[in-house]
Amino acid sequence: MTASPRNRSAQAQGQAKLQVRNLRKNFGGHVVLDGVNLSVAAGESLVIVGPSGTGKSVLLKHLIALLRPDAGEVFVDGQNFWELDGVGRNELRKKFGMAFQEGALFDSMSVFDNIAFPLRRTGRRSPAEVRARVEECLELVQLPDIGSKRPSELSGGMRRRVGFARAIAHKPEILLFDEPNTGLDPIMTDIIAEVILGIRHQMEPTIVTITHHIPSAGKIGDRLALLFGGRILFEGPPEEFLHSSDPAVRQFVEGRAEGPLTVESERARGKTISEAR
Amino acid sequence: MIVRFLETIGRGIIRFLEQLGRFFWMLGRILVWAPRPPYDAPEWVRQMVRVGVDSIPLVFLTTLFTGMVLALQTYTGFARFNAQSLVGAVVALSLTRELAPVLSALMVSGRVGSAMAAEIGSMRVTEQIDALEALATEPVQYLVVPRVFASTLMLPLLVVMGDVVGMYGGYFVSVQLLGANPVTYYDSSFEFLDMEDFTVGLAKAAVFGLILSVVACVRGYHTEGGAEGVGRATTQAVVVGSLAILLADFFLTRLLF
Repeated sequence: MTASPRNRSAQAQGQAKLQVRNLRKNFGGHVVLDGVNLSVAAGESLVIVGPSGTGKSVLLKHLIALLRPDAGEVFVDGQNFWELDGVGRNELRKKFGMAFQEGALFDSMSVFDNIAFPLRRTGRRSPAEVRARVEECLELVQLPDIGSKRPSELSGGMRRRVGFARAIAHKPEILLFDEPNTGLDPIMTDIIAEVILGIRHQMEPTIVTITHHIPSAGKIGDRLALLFGGRILFEGPPEEFLHSSDPAVRQFVEGRAEGPLTVESERARGKTISEAR
Repeated sequence: MIVRFLETIGRGIIRFLEQLGRFFWMLGRILVWAPRPPYDAPEWVRQMVRVGVDSIPLVFLTTLFTGMVLALQTYTGFARFNAQSLVGAVVALSLTRELAPVLSALMVSGRVGSAMAAEIGSMRVTEQIDALEALATEPVQYLVVPRVFASTLMLPLLVVMGDVVGMYGGYFVSVQLLGANPVTYYDSSFEFLDMEDFTVGLAKAAVFGLILSVVACVRGYHTEGGAEGVGRATTQAVVVGSLAILLADFFLTRLLF
């Protein structure tokens, strides 16, 4: 590898893999996304940070069309999800792998069948090929030899890594990680970040991660975006983010209760918007 | 006061229409997705076993005792005007046309409908349904279609067994306990029974199977609010499913007979 991922992402600017334009979503009168604009280049790793309850997961679910926007568009390689029918949407989704917050493993299946699921559903592969790929994926998330276990037998950190293995099994071009390290101990949090870096190194996918763990964000991301109040307040490389003088970014980085990002301010904001409607 | 009363009624109507809309929306999605590949044959078989084979003891006992108690009741009543010879006919007609399909459907709704709603509901709240979609798999096709198919197909088969078992229960009580003539009882059972009574009962069972499974899947699919939500969805699946079966029973009987 001659170019570092960061340089590569800079070169790839202009041909966006994922593009979000003026995305708006509200649930029962409460505005969650209020005109989000975002662009992710091919091979780039974007980390979206922000306090809990600001709609990070909602934004991520829009990227893979698990939620339908009230207004605005999401483009994947220039294709708009919601201009396609159900079958077309599923085809476009095959470019994605998504790892959910708690793993969201199918608890009616073994770990092996969970990881084999996308392989069996997205094309013809022989049982031997499926087995080889599942083992390769388990190796990549540092969990060899647990294929026969049930999801209920795994710890939180293991479940998430099995979720990663399932997300990468069919070699998707785009990976989405929804809070991969929330609620884990500090060591496991770092292991998760290492696993994501390992996946990145081997598969070179486009990655969008959501987290509120700043050290991991700096480690995983080429670019950080701060989502708050339904908008992207700041976007830039990790160093710029960490040393930004923007009061909102400073409050988040330093983890202070007082400041522009407090929950109260958001609540007040939500109220004024719902009153205005 | 009056405004609040009207508001409550209005909310109730809106919720009812919402549920009705979801039912038909789901029915439409099922029709759209059922014929499309991939066909997951092992899953279809698994669901047929869960709905059909595993419900055999329940339907067996339900229809056996229904046939027995029916014979007991009609015998005491009919003895008052010397019509004991018609007990067999009453048992056979009531069972095939009405009791076996309805009671089997109600029992299966309690056993299978609740399980479907709980399973799909907990998959919803733990993001497993989102995960299915993210893995380019249509949840309705993968989860709902096999369950609805299995339930619609297996319920009539259970009722075939229920008809036989129930009629035997009636025969047993009349002949063994009440001392009726076995030949007379047997003849009277089949004298007034048409093939149509039997087939219409099965058609009703198929519709009940469809209703109870779609209701259960809809309730599960739209679950919100964690473990409590799953509990609510499960209860509602049984309550709404059972009511829908009884309502549909009236209209189907009016229509088919």
